[in-house]
Amino acid sequence: MSEAFLTVFLILFPMFMFLLMVGMPHKNPKWLALAGTVVEFAVSIYMWVNFDPAADRQFAVRIPWANSIGITFNVGIDGISFPLVLLTTTLIPLIILSSSDKNFNRPSLFYGLVLLMQSALIGVFTSFDVILFYIFWELALIPIYLICLIWGNEKEGKVTIKFFIYTLAGSLLMLVGILYVYMSSDGGLAPAGFSLTTFYELGKHLDPRTQGFVFWMMFVAFAIKMPVFPFHTWQPETYTKAPTQGTMLLSAIMLKMGIYGVIRWLIPVLPAGVAEWGNTALILSVIGIVYASCIALVQTNLKTLVAYSSIAHVGLISAGVFTQSVIGIQGAMIQMFSHGLIVFGLFYLIDIIQHKTGSAEFKDLGGIRNVAPKFTTAFVVIMLGSVALPLTSGFVGEFLLINSLVQYQVWIGAVAALTIILGAVYMLVAFQKSMSGEAQPHIAAFTDLSMGEKVVLYPVVILIVIIGVYPGPLMAVSEPAVTALVNSLSELTSSIRP
Amino acid sequence: MNTLFVIAGVGVLALVAEIINFKRWLTIIVMLGLAGALAFLPLYTDNGKSDPIFNAMLLFDGPAVVFTWLIVLITLLWLWMSAGYLKEGTHQADKTSLVIFVVLGAVIMASFNNMAMLFLGLEILSLSLYALAGSKKDSLGSIEAAFKYFLMGSFATGFLIFGIALVYGASHSFDLGHIFQYAVNNPDTLPGYFYAGVLLMMVGLVFKISAVPFHFWAPDVYEGAPTAITSLMATVVKIAAIAAFWRIFGFIFGLTAPLWTPVMYGIVVLTLVIPNITAIYQQKAKRMLAYSSIAHVGYILLGFVAAVQRGFVNPLFIIFYLAAYSVSSLAAFSVLMKVEENGGSFAGLYYRNKWMAVTMLVALLSMAGIPPMAGFAAKYFVFMVALAAGQLPLVLLAVVTSVISVYYYFRIIISMFDKDAPVEPVVISWPAAIFHFVMLILIIVLGLFPSISPLSKIMGI
Repeated sequence: MSEAFLTVFLILFPMFMFLLMVGMPHKNPKWLALAGTVVEFAVSIYMWVNFDPAADRQFAVRIPWANSIGITFNVGIDGISFPLVLLTTTLIPLIILSSSDKNFNRPSLFYGLVLLMQSALIGVFTSFDVILFYIFWELALIPIYLICLIWGNEKEGKVTIKFFIYTLAGSLLMLVGILYVYMSSDGGLAPAGFSLTTFYELGKHLDPRTQGFVFWMMFVAFAIKMPVFPFHTWQPETYTKAPTQGTMLLSAIMLKMGIYGVIRWLIPVLPAGVAEWGNTALILSVIGIVYASCIALVQTNLKTLVAYSSIAHVGLISAGVFTQSVIGIQGAMIQMFSHGLIVFGLFYLIDIIQHKTGSAEFKDLGGIRNVAPKFTTAFVVIMLGSVALPLTSGFVGEFLLINSLVQYQVWIGAVAALTIILGAVYMLVAFQKSMSGEAQPHIAAFTDLSMGEKVVLYPVVILIVIIGVYPGPLMAVSEPAVTALVNSLSELTSSIRP
Repeated sequence: MNTLFVIAGVGVLALVAEIINFKRWLTIIVMLGLAGALAFLPLYTDNGKSDPIFNAMLLFDGPAVVFTWLIVLITLLWLWMSAGYLKEGTHQADKTSLVIFVVLGAVIMASFNNMAMLFLGLEILSLSLYALAGSKKDSLGSIEAAFKYFLMGSFATGFLIFGIALVYGASHSFDLGHIFQYAVNNPDTLPGYFYAGVLLMMVGLVFKISAVPFHFWAPDVYEGAPTAITSLMATVVKIAAIAAFWRIFGFIFGLTAPLWTPVMYGIVVLTLVIPNITAIYQQKAKRMLAYSSIAHVGYILLGFVAAVQRGFVNPLFIIFYLAAYSVSSLAAFSVLMKVEENGGSFAGLYYRNKWMAVTMLVALLSMAGIPPMAGFAAKYFVFMVALAAGQLPLVLLAVVTSVISVYYYFRIIISMFDKDAPVEPVVISWPAAIFHFVMLILIIVLGLFPSISPLSKIMGI
């Protein structure tokens, strides 16, 4: 069972690298960090090769940890966690590469924190013990907070503290919700511990009213992380003020923690609560889609525009998850991966523009197409992925999601489909304002993609197209697990409703 | 018990150090002495049963032993941290021996079996502290702190004695066992003044643990006293006061709980809300830490009163909370002391001394209850205990106040990473640096391995 420890390796290796980099500052931390994340990537690819989608939890390890309070180090990978693990291991090296022309102050700390972040993220996606999940969930908050605080472009730290307090408030509510499930189930400490299966059992046996109550405590935590309307107010500011790599971590990977949380730790645990309130959550998500799209339409800055578009896309994913159908959740799985790639690509493109022209405001841009054809091509592909053009990865996910929503209720599907129209409008307007037209003098000096930039952008572009044309392998990873999940849900729901 | 003799002996030895002149090694000798005192504590393997000693005046049962361990260990860490404070200026021997007598009082407060001993322990502890609070004789703030502490402290002692007297009047005994039996035997015929006595004792003890609304002395005293003494008050003294509170209210007066739990709930709500909100408005880190120390009492009492409601109060979670809080606070106060010696500003500390800032960061995260630090596990236990008693609204309140607390703790963090601050490096001695590192490790290890079951065996619970 030596393979079983691969998951543990994925979690602990970046943490070890973090300690190494912070404890013993290295001459070239960027490349050390890159080497570490490439090792992670290679391990995750090896795991993909050996991964059996049809089987249940794999590479699983269960080590007693804090026995007296029933926490076990219970980690493993199944079809629902694996796409997100892959997303993390793929994107983190790219995020580090994307900073190749940047010289941060205190690079050891910066890259160390990125690695700590990776460790926590993989921990979140592979935990099968709810308290362990919670610990990783919170652990992820510390490095990203410090990254935004130390390398962000704001003076007083007001935006970052808002972000921290917002997410912490949600997390603590979730903790109370988790503990409440235990306490009201048998009136004492759960002897069987906090493992996923125990948690599912305990949740199911709560009475419906309690479930509804606990649903909100946990949903708020996930909704803040995603963020779903009306819990999104921290997000645009934080994305704008954070350093680009921080924004990438937040938008491309960290918000998936929220969606993953809903799929893994909310819907199966509280079937009656979801039956009662899932519709409300779904409608909130759909409101968020339209609301964020409309705000994105009037943005004059590329970075805030993408921040709002991200709220819209996540709203669609969240709505699809709450349909509790196979295509909805499958669509969410694939769209999470695709959105991660696309939003990472977009923020990198914006970073390049900002770096070369000194601004991301539309009024300072225009005409880049005339001077930088390769850059423009990359921009076009990534943008088309974002507006879900067929043959891009964005299309596969959004098609499934909207399909599931239409099956759920036609008018909700219709409203949600606005995201595609509105998305096309604001993205194309953005493209027009920033890339086409006459080049202003300072734009004329815009140099095309350098080698370092190509290394980051081309894999993203290629992946977007490959997944768009041939999504089969990625979908196959999660399909059996999602089907099993939905089947167990419908059994439960039918047993609840007489 | 021999432990007490050893501690008292160490105190007397420290007093005469001035005369026979071995001041240079005094701190080390005292630390060895205290460590030696631990060796005389009984080690239980399966149950904490023990016989009372000194004509039933003291009882070193399981919880008393564990509380004593905690008090002495935290004092050892404190002595390591405060060696500089003790050496500085004159009266090194006096200050050291007063600290040892604080510990002596604290151990008695954790192990008393008789109300008279409670009073004695409390007074040994308090009198030594009054003098220590004023030990910086050229500082007006320090003298003010000593005076305020003395006035308010004696007032509270008055309440406590009055309460003890009333309880004695009803039960005809100072002995905890007798009082307990008396309450068991006469559940319906307890006289009104017995209840009055219970409430008066509560006021006296709640004053010592500085819960709202009996906290007004704390911020001023904490701010005025030398920082080393402030950290002693926030850790060792707090542990002793909570231990005594547990012994009285978690144990002896457990049967009369329906009478005093409503009052306690009021105190808990106030103690959660008021200090957490007041701390936001503080401009000085030391005063902010004072309010934070009051706020942490709120979480402990929340768990305590919820556990009382369910019957027996297992002191394990209280002990863990106190350990986590004490370790985090010692780390924070230690950094604060070094910062005070170097200009007194946290601005840009990370760029001036990396490890000090990291220690402070971890300590503050721990106090804010963020995993995987010790403070998280501590709060986790409290929430668990409170939810088991069905106190969901109070737990939600505690969540809200925890979130508020993040705001003021993070003000220091934000300031430490301020890029535009002056950058003169802060240099600290290597023992202090090692101390910081040890605290850092302790906070994380306590958070990662909050296994308290071995303790539960020692206590026989």
